[in-house]
Amino acid sequence: MKHVKTLAGATLKQSAEQGGCGNCQASCQSACKTSSTVANQRCERKTESKDTKSA
Amino acid sequence: MGKSVVLDVNSGAVHLVSEVAYVLLDHISPPLTENLSQTVLEQLAGKFAPEELAQAYAELYKLYNGDELYSGDGYDLFADKLVPSPVKALCLNVAHQCNLRCAYCFAGDGDYGDSSLMDAQTGKKAIDYLIAHSHGRESLEVDFFGGEPLLAIETVKSVVDYARGLENETGKRFRFTITTNGLALNDEITDYINQEMSNVVLSLDGRKEVNDRVRRRVDGSGSFESILPKFRKLVGERDGEYYLRGTFTRHNLDFAQDVFELYRLGFDQVSIEPVVAAPKQPYALTERELPEVFAEYEHLAELMLKDSREGGTLNFFHYMLDLAQGPCAIKRLRGCGSGNEYLAVTPEGDVYPCHQFVGMPEWKMGSVYDGSLDAEKKARFAACTVYHKPECRDCWAKYYCSGGCNANNYSYRGDILSPHIISCDMEKKRLECAIALKAAQLDL
Repeated sequence: MKHVKTLAGATLKQSAEQGGCGNCQASCQSACKTSSTVANQRCERKTESKDTKSA
Repeated sequence: MGKSVVLDVNSGAVHLVSEVAYVLLDHISPPLTENLSQTVLEQLAGKFAPEELAQAYAELYKLYNGDELYSGDGYDLFADKLVPSPVKALCLNVAHQCNLRCAYCFAGDGDYGDSSLMDAQTGKKAIDYLIAHSHGRESLEVDFFGGEPLLAIETVKSVVDYARGLENETGKRFRFTITTNGLALNDEITDYINQEMSNVVLSLDGRKEVNDRVRRRVDGSGSFESILPKFRKLVGERDGEYYLRGTFTRHNLDFAQDVFELYRLGFDQVSIEPVVAAPKQPYALTERELPEVFAEYEHLAELMLKDSREGGTLNFFHYMLDLAQGPCAIKRLRGCGSGNEYLAVTPEGDVYPCHQFVGMPEWKMGSVYDGSLDAEKKARFAACTVYHKPECRDCWAKYYCSGGCNANNYSYRGDILSPHIISCDMEKKRLECAIALKAAQLDL
């Protein structure tokens, strides 16, 4: 498309359908401890499935 | 970076758009019809050619039909159903003592007013407590924090041994992290951390003069020269994750220089955070500093783009944004998890919603000694979603910060549901920069 380049699709809606397992890292345990960015965390389920595929 | 970005908040879709499409979006609203209205065509006729407008509109309409533009919000249904979760992470304040006297420390002189150290028995009780309150969760996290946790390194070791010894019996898997100023590091402790800790957060503020102005030793001298070689050795010998984590204040609004100084010194995983401080403090960040802070975040993104194009490896914590593989929408509804799935434990075994609530008696939630956990407070934190924070509901960044830091909200505004607006403004600027950087790196 000439006027639109999509950087990311509708991933959030898809994630809601299968999400909420709760096995992800607690958001404040990484590097911040005084602020909150949640979007830079990893989804453990996706990590696991990636590992499984490459194994 | 000159990018026009459209974020469809509810679907998570991110689009880079042309100037025509960007302007057009100010003149249209859902529900969209298949063809651009004559009225809008006439309104913009002096600015753009009709065929350009029609083409841009057609592309936007395609996104709209694909639910990637003006998509509806259905997550409030999930938010209302969120119940208190099992506990999955503890911040163990093993030392309410510190061997530094950092001017901006939110824990006073690192002692939270009591100067105590956690003993091994309390640490083990905390592990039992975590296991008991973690029904259904397999992966558990424990962060050793303080004060300075290396002042209680024997307790750290006892806790790690104890927890590892319970893994098979309980089916739990522990992930340990530690946050240290590094002053007490020696070869043996360095080896231990690199072996046992899945992540290590190393505190240093960047340039020597910036660091030593605020991160001082007990005798008032600077700490930079003593700590730097220890951090270099630890990171040099490390395979696992780490962050060099600094703080910027009103005194170093040119903090991109500090990020790059840490990078130059050999650290490519860097986090520099805005100071948490009452506005009356001379180093505090207030509304007045925001224009300069915003410009510096943009400057940092430009420097990082140049670095990545030259093959560099610098990673800045707040510009990490995996737009396709990030956390699920459910996680994003309530974010940090404090007081619900994440708790802090004091050296005496008292339980608080998180490390920043420690020392506020009204927020005590229980004790690892009697296993108690205040269900009413827990339910209150469990309901801390972006839909329960009135100022977050309509914010475009709500699924990226998830309503911000509850402790900051309470400290600055006296209410965990009222976001600290200056923190929000900085978070939004960081997100804008992160998305722009991502687009530029992909050469879009």
